Amino acid sequence: MLKQIEGSRAVAEAVARCRPEVICAYPITPQTHIVEGLGEMVKSGELANCEFINVESEFAALSVAIGASAAGARAYTATASQGLLFMAEAVYNAAGLGLPIVMTIGNRAIGAPINIWNDHSDSMSMRDAGWIQLYAETNQEALDLHIQAFRLAEELSCPVMVCMDGFILTHAYDRVDVPTQEDVDAFLPPFEPRQVLDVADPVSMGAMVGPEAFTEVRYLAHHKQLRALKLIPQLSAAFQARFGRFSGGLVKPYRTDDAETIIVALGSVNGTIQEVVDEMRDAGTKIGSLGICSFRPFPLAQVREVLQHAKRVVVIEKCLAVGLGGIVSDGVRNALSGIVLKGHTVIAGLGGRAITRAALRQLFQDAGNDELEQLTFLDLDADLIQFELEREARARRSGPTAEAILRRVGTVASQVA
Amino acid sequence: MELQTVKFYQTGTFTVGNRLLAEDERSVQANMDRTNSLNSGHRACQGCGEALGARYAIDAAMRATNGELIAVNATGCLEVFSTPYPETSWKIPWIHSLFGNAAAVASGVAAAMRVKGTPGVRVVAQGGDGGTTDIGFGCLSGMFERNDDVLYICYDNEAYMNTGVQRSSATPPAARTATTPAVGREPGNVFGTGKNVPLIAMAHSIPYVATASVANLRDLERKVAKAMEIAGARYVHIHVPCPLGWGSLPADTIKVARLAVESGLFPLFEAEYGEITGRTPIRRKVPVTDYLRLQKRFAHLFNVAGEGRVAQIQAIADRNIAKFGLLEEARTHG
Amino acid sequence: MFQVRIHGRGGQGVVSGAEMLSVAAFVEGRFAQAFPSFGSERMGAPVMAFCRIDLKEIRLREPVLEPDAVIIQDPTLLHQVDLFQGLRDRGYILINSTRSFEDLGLNDFTRGFSRRRLCNVPATEIAMKHVGRAVPNVPLLGAFAAVSGQIRIESVVAAIREKFPPALAQKNVAAATEAYALVQSTRETADA
Repeated sequence: MLKQIEGSRAVAEAVARCRPEVICAYPITPQTHIVEGLGEMVKSGELANCEFINVESEFAALSVAIGASAAGARAYTATASQGLLFMAEAVYNAAGLGLPIVMTIGNRAIGAPINIWNDHSDSMSMRDAGWIQLYAETNQEALDLHIQAFRLAEELSCPVMVCMDGFILTHAYDRVDVPTQEDVDAFLPPFEPRQVLDVADPVSMGAMVGPEAFTEVRYLAHHKQLRALKLIPQLSAAFQARFGRFSGGLVKPYRTDDAETIIVALGSVNGTIQEVVDEMRDAGTKIGSLGICSFRPFPLAQVREVLQHAKRVVVIEKCLAVGLGGIVSDGVRNALSGIVLKGHTVIAGLGGRAITRAALRQLFQDAGNDELEQLTFLDLDADLIQFELEREARARRSGPTAEAILRRVGTVASQVA
Repeated sequence: MELQTVKFYQTGTFTVGNRLLAEDERSVQANMDRTNSLNSGHRACQGCGEALGARYAIDAAMRATNGELIAVNATGCLEVFSTPYPETSWKIPWIHSLFGNAAAVASGVAAAMRVKGTPGVRVVAQGGDGGTTDIGFGCLSGMFERNDDVLYICYDNEAYMNTGVQRSSATPPAARTATTPAVGREPGNVFGTGKNVPLIAMAHSIPYVATASVANLRDLERKVAKAMEIAGARYVHIHVPCPLGWGSLPADTIKVARLAVESGLFPLFEAEYGEITGRTPIRRKVPVTDYLRLQKRFAHLFNVAGEGRVAQIQAIADRNIAKFGLLEEARTHG
Repeated sequence: MFQVRIHGRGGQGVVSGAEMLSVAAFVEGRFAQAFPSFGSERMGAPVMAFCRIDLKEIRLREPVLEPDAVIIQDPTLLHQVDLFQGLRDRGYILINSTRSFEDLGLNDFTRGFSRRRLCNVPATEIAMKHVGRAVPNVPLLGAFAAVSGQIRIESVVAAIREKFPPALAQKNVAAATEAYALVQSTRETADA
């Protein structure tokens, strides 16, 4: 059924149709509306047979989900940013135990400095914890991915993170098609655990494993994600067959067939990128873009296949490997191993800074003219950087950096973008 | 004819296999059909108070629930010595997640049992003092506050034993640990610190709180069984000597535990919804020195400088006796 | 694509105004996207919300930098925030004010604009009259329907009914339709 609703609401309705049995979450911007929506549905009885638990921290949230999942219940939670870090120990634990928990990440920057707006630093911090990571491009896709995620998680016994850009998607009203309960039931069978705490058949879960077997256990986790590389496309095909639209998959190429320049990105910025690609194609430029949906497992073969004939690749990242540069770029370079082409990393949109068509247009033109550095920070205010470096050089007790910069930037509210 | 002196000990009805008691009053351990939830073959130290306490507590819980129990274990001695890869000594469903989240994981298991329609399957969470009073404190408080249907058992050996005897907020004043060494002006743990989790549990007004000791295993069983009759958040705090960490003899574990109780340093009481409902009076009061002398972790108190501090410890014991009425006539609820 | 930018202060319903506008467009079978841009939420802080309306799926995710219409819910922002940044010269401007564009000191700025696309509406007063709360977003939507013709007043009404519980919805519908009628009649007068 078509609806014009907030992205968070769309996700809540999708999750509700997946018949979750235990939902627990701790509030953090920008996921709050998702969990509030689900809580209301449970309280009103609309979402039946579901325990909604208000926990005292994100660490508790994921821990409750771990207990519930281990005991055979379909468990769900949501968090972002600082909250994801606070539950970091449990994130690794859930993956290590092989529990098919689904968690929404409302992508938000990590402080200090504290920042409530969108970037990918949070989910990137957990990229190697063993969770499958899927990035939604639109609110429709965010909705759809949750349905696929439960099935993916349960088939593999591996937890799945569905990432959606905070505010840009979570707080945006969009037209979405919310599936019926019947259709979701036909796609997603009841949870049948591979391991479960059962009084009729007791097992011990969470043993200590020493050097004699740890490597093998870790390899099996890696192997699980390699199986996901096959399963993810199968599920999105099955999803398309049932629901009539394509969602998810490993990667989404856009006008890349004869492209000389290909832009790679995760998440909602792909929409803006596609607009610019269309504009530039109309003007005769051979440009295309590649959206990566499955970041973990990283689809090396698929990325290679799309990018291999391009002259240059520009990876736009909403995250930063401090002291190195790009994170997504690492995966892309890996995929292109042995192939020589020009690779550029562009760090953009950190802490919610808008990525505009104008800025992208200029960026892509520079790339095309080979005037782009290998590592660029989009829309970086060089004067401001200079100002701060000089200020710090003048006195040892130069005070907090963020505050000094903000004083210089002035009242943000008086600007539009 | 030479007369041979034979010492005759009146040990009471609780020995001799409980044969003088009615069946349902006997210790779980007297029953051949007991679960042996924590089975033999685990790797606990000789004389481990925690292994003893856990065996009694979990078997008692299993009897109370007719065998329908799931255990959640925090990281610590119990978890480590009971599951040496690739073996496990647990005969019941058991999960170890992390150090600080046993209470939250247990809440999740309890929620799953409700939603699956098997609320008769009960949940016990267990952890040492480190995992309960320190790192697991937030989750514990959350579980209490929500009144989740979980029995949390804390095995208190008064330090982080598994990692090499470091101080926790349950470490008593003056005790030597690796991080409160017996050196300097105030050797051992500092006075004026520490956290009383049973009282904190009572402040949450949860349905049932009790302290217990391996010195009185029948009392421990009774309290666990009683806890299992109640729905909601319950907390049982068991004093368990650790011969290795305390520097006491493995053969003295129960004796040391008894002296802690009889000196007043470890009061045995029960509370419901924040009010004390019963306490075990001290039958034969002993000075704290009887207790302290058996443990090397307090050895530094018995040199020239230690006297004043022994007096401070005695004062703590005396305060407990007064506060809980431990020398008054037995008063129990109902 | 038609792009709207709404300016106001926290607590004035700027964000829900944009949301209702998107629902109105949806009701007419079009695609719409509405999203906020704000700093830490607090009452009184300047707030912006955006709405895009199109006949096909909207992929763009940047803020509305070149609005076709600017709705100003709080005129005290006028000389503080660059409210008209990027406004196309055939753009619409709606201001919540009893004062005219001239009195607001905007005559110079709007010199090249079509007068039919400029509109000041006493939205707060209309809201107070019908709803009893100084939240001008709904009357401004009614006015927007009249001045731009981008959405029908019936769609605005449908959006209101979806958002509010029945009693409150009725009052808001009254407010929206009064603003709509007011703007319609002003235009007819101007045309005459």
